[in-house]
Amino acid sequence: MNSALLIIFFFAALALFLGIRATKGKEMNVNEFAVGNKSFGTLFIFLLIAGEVYTTFTFLGGSGWAYSRGAAAYYVPAYICLAYVLSYWMIPKVWRFAKDHQIISQPGYFSAKYRSPILGVVVSLLGTIALIPYIVIQLKGLGIIVGEASYGAISPIVASAIGAAIITIYVTVSGIHGSAWTAVIKDILILVVIVFLGLYIPFHYFGGIQPMFEAVQAVKPESLTLPSEGYSVAWFISTIILNALGFYLLPQSFSIILSADGEKVLKKNAITLPLYTLLLLFVFFIGFAAIIQVPGLQGADGDLSLLRLTMQTFDPWIVGIVGAAGLLTALVPASVMLMSASVGLMTGIYRLMRPNATDRQQLTVSKLLVFVIIIIAFMFTISGGEALAILNIMSYSLITQLVPALLFSFINTRFMNKYGAMAGIVAGVSIVLYNAVTGIKLADFFPSIPTYINDLNTGMIALAVNFLIAFIVSLTTNRLIAKSRNELLEAQEIVKS
Amino acid sequence: MKKAQWLLVIPFIGMAFCLPWVNPYVLGLPFILFWIVLWMVLSSAILYIVYRIEYGKEEKQ
Repeated sequence: MNSALLIIFFFAALALFLGIRATKGKEMNVNEFAVGNKSFGTLFIFLLIAGEVYTTFTFLGGSGWAYSRGAAAYYVPAYICLAYVLSYWMIPKVWRFAKDHQIISQPGYFSAKYRSPILGVVVSLLGTIALIPYIVIQLKGLGIIVGEASYGAISPIVASAIGAAIITIYVTVSGIHGSAWTAVIKDILILVVIVFLGLYIPFHYFGGIQPMFEAVQAVKPESLTLPSEGYSVAWFISTIILNALGFYLLPQSFSIILSADGEKVLKKNAITLPLYTLLLLFVFFIGFAAIIQVPGLQGADGDLSLLRLTMQTFDPWIVGIVGAAGLLTALVPASVMLMSASVGLMTGIYRLMRPNATDRQQLTVSKLLVFVIIIIAFMFTISGGEALAILNIMSYSLITQLVPALLFSFINTRFMNKYGAMAGIVAGVSIVLYNAVTGIKLADFFPSIPTYINDLNTGMIALAVNFLIAFIVSLTTNRLIAKSRNELLEAQEIVKS
Repeated sequence: MKKAQWLLVIPFIGMAFCLPWVNPYVLGLPFILFWIVLWMVLSSAILYIVYRIEYGKEEKQ
């Protein structure tokens, strides 16, 4: 057994130990399982939200995008930063309502706000459809990282299976507490690894960060700015705004909001998290260095640039630590996703079917759903398939279709009722699905439109249609609702008289 | 929306809508990357100012 593998196994065992131990001294009920009884302070909320940012996609995809798409990769820190800015205004309102109404999941929030259990069902199904590809990305990423970092001693599928088992055990035992405690070691390790690699590699190979960028500018200058077509400025702006709007609508982010013990905790985190996101720069540095040092990685192999450069530069024990950090970047986010998907389905659908279910029954169903979801995700992980690739592309665009319903849930207005919210979501989701399946762009309908409009993120266009449909349906049905209410009152008057 | 929270619009203007004009190396970074980093730091500063306006008096007491 090589030293890299030993280190990876040590951290996997440590994550499992912390995840199981997290529940010590707590009586597990559905509230404790889903949102930690709304008791998490500033530090745990920080670790959990930061944990949602530093996933395997960041670890592999951040450097991979810098390697293969250059400056387009900057959209990641840009949208995350704007999401935190938006969160300062938005999420305390969500938290306050959830606290007053004992809400523990995203579907619960929407169904309570619009007094529509059916809307809760729609939101829980949409959340699950958007989350499964994310869980699969974590499991696949985990397999790639451990497979590479163990120098092939463990196959990616076996690594994914071990990761899935660890997550399932500590989520069913500890719920969100398990994720919070494993997030502690994960964030310490990722901080050390990313800063070390991001500084050591540019200085080792180029003598500094600016010399590295100058070397890239000499061989591939187009990778340091946004192109005039495709991943252009228009694409960049529309994508960062769309993703900033959608960031806290991902079910796992929503669950973390609900687990905070106060509004101030959320606001303090909004202040500090943009600075923590600066760590992503170091991931990009590794990707840009790899353009020069590991040339020729094509397509999806670009995602291996960080690992390949690390293995080329360091001894196996350092590769083992990098592999362990990669393992933890999969375990923590995947566990929160798994927990929030199971609780979302339980509150959105099971509670609708069994409104008088006891707390114990709800907890049992949530835990059973953890097994169902992880099995589905693992099946996708080993089989891959076109359906998953399509879902993966549109996950963010799908979940962002909840934005109009969320924004109008903060104000009493005739512009949005439950029928409008549902019609808007259905219209937006349909456009996203159609685009994902056909790959069609605006230019296919309007050949003469300017490039900057054609490059807009399709999710943004779907969101605009969503708003429009929601307004029209709400205004139309308001009259019908008022009319039927008046008729009912008249009938009651007649009966009385 | 509270008055101070309107300041939160500024990072959106700086980070997103100024991009066409910023697409020299500063702090060793290409200018477009420096611009994004600058707005990440400024976003934190603006959020801190808004927080102090909202809770400053309360926390002093």
